[in-house]
Amino acid sequence: MSTSAPPQPHYELTHLQALEAEAIHIIREVAAEFERPVMLFSGGKDSAVMLHLAVKAFAPARLPFPVMHVDTGHNFPEVMEFRDRRVAELGARLVVASVQDAIDAGKVVEETGPRASRNRIQTVPLLEAIEAHGFDAVFGGARRDEEKARAKERVFSFRDDFGQWDPKNQRPELWNLYNGRHRKGEHIRVFPLSNWTELDIWQYVAAEDVALPPIYFAHARRVFQRDGMWLAESPWVTLLEGEEIEERTVRFRTVGDATCTGAIESAAATVAAIIEETAVTRITERGATRADDRISEAGMEDRKREGYF
Amino acid sequence: MELLRFATAGSVDDGKSTLIGRLLYDSKAIFEDQLEAVERTSLARGDAYTDLALLTDGLRAEREQGITIDVAYRYFATPKRKFIIADTPGHIQYTRNMVTGASTADLALVLVDARKGVVEQTRRHAFLASLLGIPHLVVCVNKMDLVDWSQERYDEIKAEFRRFAMKLDVHDLTFVPISALHGDNVVERSAAMGWYEGPSLLHQLEEVHIASDRNLVDARFPVQYVIRPQDQGNHDLHDYRGYAGTVAGGVFKPGDEVVVLPSGLTTAVAAIDTADGPVEEAFAPMAVTIRLADDLDVSRGDMIARVRNRPHCGQDIEAMVCWLTGESALRSGAKLAVKHTTRWGHTVVKDLQYRLDVNTLHRDETATELVLNEIGRVRLRTTVPLFFDEYRRNRTTGSFVLIDETTHNTVAAGTILGPTEVE
Repeated sequence: MSTSAPPQPHYELTHLQALEAEAIHIIREVAAEFERPVMLFSGGKDSAVMLHLAVKAFAPARLPFPVMHVDTGHNFPEVMEFRDRRVAELGARLVVASVQDAIDAGKVVEETGPRASRNRIQTVPLLEAIEAHGFDAVFGGARRDEEKARAKERVFSFRDDFGQWDPKNQRPELWNLYNGRHRKGEHIRVFPLSNWTELDIWQYVAAEDVALPPIYFAHARRVFQRDGMWLAESPWVTLLEGEEIEERTVRFRTVGDATCTGAIESAAATVAAIIEETAVTRITERGATRADDRISEAGMEDRKREGYF
Repeated sequence: MELLRFATAGSVDDGKSTLIGRLLYDSKAIFEDQLEAVERTSLARGDAYTDLALLTDGLRAEREQGITIDVAYRYFATPKRKFIIADTPGHIQYTRNMVTGASTADLALVLVDARKGVVEQTRRHAFLASLLGIPHLVVCVNKMDLVDWSQERYDEIKAEFRRFAMKLDVHDLTFVPISALHGDNVVERSAAMGWYEGPSLLHQLEEVHIASDRNLVDARFPVQYVIRPQDQGNHDLHDYRGYAGTVAGGVFKPGDEVVVLPSGLTTAVAAIDTADGPVEEAFAPMAVTIRLADDLDVSRGDMIARVRNRPHCGQDIEAMVCWLTGESALRSGAKLAVKHTTRWGHTVVKDLQYRLDVNTLHRDETATELVLNEIGRVRLRTTVPLFFDEYRRNRTTGSFVLIDETTHNTVAAGTILGPTEVE
């Protein structure tokens, strides 16, 4: 029999609870103040967490906005299956902005050569879809710890008529008072995960049992080495001289276009094992696995200025 | 694990970047590829040392000009806490940046160069921290190695800072003598300063008690979004009507007698829902959905509070404002949009009472305008009533931003002193 007094209420939130509350506040603010929001959903871990948070923000009602995927046509099939399954489970409306369609219509010219990637030309169909659907707020899963241009971006990030970001002319953002005012034709990119780190994402995935595509977990895959990264064998990449396909046990830390997203060698097959690896890793996820960020020191900033997410 | 948000203010000369670099490095938050990139850039620029400021200065213009343009956010964690640093530059647009970065900070770090002592910039940073109601102020007396680890010098600076801080609204003031360059008292206690009996800086950041900084007395719930499931197939949800929002103060429990403003109608909390199920209490900053016992007309921008503890409700407000744009100036008669909690309205500046010199705290009552980076006291009249508290009581219900209706830019940040007294 216990003789101790009832425990004092303990009015503290854990860091995950605080981050979750902040993200839900941001998502609700957008649903309340914008006419046509849309949430980007690539099937990657950050967008899976963001979508999970959005579902929680409006429960028991349905998601009050559609989701959009910018489809490069060079996706991992496992990720596409995951995307379609999640959208069906939620009864959400999916908008697909297709890079292939933009290429076929002659709106963008595809890079050529063995290192060709559709990463950069994604911006065109993205901006076209935003305009065609009249979206005035676009949620993205970007985090400030990912990349140094992103470290400076606001949660509500203003985009002009051309979808461009002007890093030197950002609106001050104070307390939790977000300013989404804009003219017709302009829009706001919204980043509810701004203050999350890669480790926070994984801890949250574990705590909330967020479903992810299987390629995040260790699996055997046919890969080849390029620029110090393991790239997956796929119909869209041509091997350079000296590059050889071999089978390795790998997992992906980020999910993007199959032509520029590298895998890391890892035996981490569970969320718990990934958290353990992430906690001690000494290389950032983009540094380890994204060829698109290696273009220059300002690779991300330049793409963001053009309207990239 | 708890989250602590802190703001650092200062310039490169104070050793701020070195200090942040050390905290990040020693807590393993700097990754090898980031460090290599910084080393490459430093080398290419011809720096004599690896400039850790490059870790945070992410924009092309910043790297080229060696300046910090904007607030940068950095993240690190120890086994005890997760930290978010809002790193604000000290020289350019210091007020605008510090106000932006520090608005949500639990703690402010102010750096003092032990050789120079308390200078104008120190006073300015301390004042802004107090204006923003940051509950904890930690003064790092840096470069102790350059004053021979002198306790006498440290005590002098402490006394001088305390004299100035008496004029400010600072509740918790602590000092640490450090050498960011050598790591003394940053993560581990210093062997060179045996006379210092306090904890290291990191230890203080890990241990400072922040849970009681939140207002747990005045229950405030600004309604953010009304949840009404339109799911025809699910009859259980047919009558569901929940008010979603983030608790701004106090504690809410099912059964609480509450009032809805502006209608003034009273009812009770029927339930507090979350996606994980109902909860027995909700406190700031939890994001929840409140259901009420009666079917009232409640919409976004309304405020739910306890019947016997209501916020001020009014249209005439006294506030300190900081002007954040160079495109225009604040003058009496200016008309602007105002966002306060989840409520929008319009406001006219009735009177600019004085402009405050952030270095000397001198009040200039002859001032007729506030320009970029200037702070002053104003009297506002809003078109709709706001439900507010004094900023020093509640940073959420006591703050607002002003927006220019032509450019849609956020042009001012305001902290509420109270309702205008009827004369």
